[in-house]
Amino acid sequence: MISDITIGQFMPGKSFIHKLDPRMKIILMTAIIIFIFLAKNLFSMGAMVAFVVLAILFSRIPLKMYFKGLKAIWFLVFFTAALNMLYIKGEHVVFQYKALTIYEEALWQSGFIAIRLVMIVVISSMLTYTTSPTDLTAAIERLLAPLKLFRLPVHELAMMMTIALRFIPTLLEETEKIMNAQKARGADLESGGVIKRAKALIPILIPLFISSFRRAFELAIAMDCRCYTGGKGRTRLNVLKYRFRDIFAFLLIGGLCYGIIYLNTLAPSLVR
Amino acid sequence: MENISITSNQSQDGADIQISVQDVYFQYETTDDAPPKEVLHGISLDIHKGEFIALLGHNGSGKSTVAKHMNAILLPSGGKVYVAGMDTCDETLLTDIRRTVGMVFQNPDNQLVATIVEEDVAFGPENLGVPSEEIRRIVDESLKAVGMYEYRRHAPHKLSGGQKQRVAIAGIIAMRPKCIVFDEPTAMLDPRGRQEVMDAIDNLVRNLGITVVLITHYMDEAAKADRVIIINDGKLLMEGKPNEVFSHIDMLREHHLDVPQATELAQYLRSMGYDIPEDVLTPEECARAILNARTGEKSA
Repeated sequence: MISDITIGQFMPGKSFIHKLDPRMKIILMTAIIIFIFLAKNLFSMGAMVAFVVLAILFSRIPLKMYFKGLKAIWFLVFFTAALNMLYIKGEHVVFQYKALTIYEEALWQSGFIAIRLVMIVVISSMLTYTTSPTDLTAAIERLLAPLKLFRLPVHELAMMMTIALRFIPTLLEETEKIMNAQKARGADLESGGVIKRAKALIPILIPLFISSFRRAFELAIAMDCRCYTGGKGRTRLNVLKYRFRDIFAFLLIGGLCYGIIYLNTLAPSLVR
Repeated sequence: MENISITSNQSQDGADIQISVQDVYFQYETTDDAPPKEVLHGISLDIHKGEFIALLGHNGSGKSTVAKHMNAILLPSGGKVYVAGMDTCDETLLTDIRRTVGMVFQNPDNQLVATIVEEDVAFGPENLGVPSEEIRRIVDESLKAVGMYEYRRHAPHKLSGGQKQRVAIAGIIAMRPKCIVFDEPTAMLDPRGRQEVMDAIDNLVRNLGITVVLITHYMDEAAKADRVIIINDGKLLMEGKPNEVFSHIDMLREHHLDVPQATELAQYLRSMGYDIPEDVLTPEECARAILNARTGEKSA
């Protein structure tokens, strides 16, 4: 079923990470991703991996959800790791066979890159798993607010995101209905090559487009009726507030970042 | 076109008039050379505070167009519409007009903007700049008024049609309007959803004192109104209490309109010679009338 697709894949829960302010979560996750790249020797990388594993445990999201998120990038991980292994030159040869030479430096480099990619995906899936789409858009709106100075329509962007999220399931449902209706009229959607199948999508896309425009028009009138006039003078039902736990998390990640920098100085870098 | 006006018992002093439509003409702008299509030809009607009005008419009669004049979605090409004394043509009053007269549409999906029920209900008050704690209170009250409070954290797309439409109604109530116009709110719902929405509307009129204008195809829904207004071809055809209006069965038929089923049955029985009053509206009234007729027969 197409309607099984859930965008963002929010998994409601009551963990410490779930309860963090979404703005703080976005800021901290960004910091973590930056420091994943700054960890350059075994001490600092070990600390980072330990932290991410702890975070996974604290998020109380089933482990298989993270593997699901990783499924899409396995190929990328192996590919970049392999490339790095083959092309990076160093001083200590580990393995040589005809033209193929693998250096110790290259092994470290590709290992680090693989671990970094996996951790980035884990951390960013953690953000979407533990934050509801509404919170996420609200947080993005607030974090981008300073860009209003540069005339970026921040509120309007956030509103568009909310409406898009609201209508994804509705439009998926409608697509399914139209597909069934066209199948009932003899449309063949499954057989044939790529081009034939792409052509078969036209009778589905056109009604979908037309009805989306109609929806958009009706929604605009309904929003007018509810006195929507843009972001000016708007208040919010749920105001985002930093709490004690957010400060705690901030200090914790701050400590981690400081630790990474300190641990980096204890041993020479293994990667460039 | 004949114009039958049935005198209603409403007090006619201007103070309690909520919406006043005065001799309104309206034409849709068409593209290029085609002559503009006139939909309303000089229609006038008054809606009083706290009234429950049913607006009837067959497809293309202009009933939806009239409704859209009531909160300035459309502006009259000729004539005036006043909402609580405010001229809808005055753009500076637009927000005030729209918070006085709310509107609920046919398709519940196309009225909900947020991904969570309570966020959607909060949309109106948020736009009006109501403080957060106040919004929380209003949202809870509004959801309770339509019986959807338990669903406040749900996603709208997981609700049934009737539930979605009730959320849409709560979203309008949250703006604290004096009047709500319903544009065929039950047309896309199953019988159960229709009943849920009608119960919610009933609650608005009877317990919250909100003026309701209900546009509908279902005569059984119209029978519950205080006053029925029938529009035909962009003009007022008839208005009066439901039992008065629906007793003109032949004339309604002539204009492709139905009467409530109970009224139809009563009419049929009358034509067969049974002693049944003309103004039967609900199944209960009909049952009572038939019972009375039977006992009358027996005693005779």
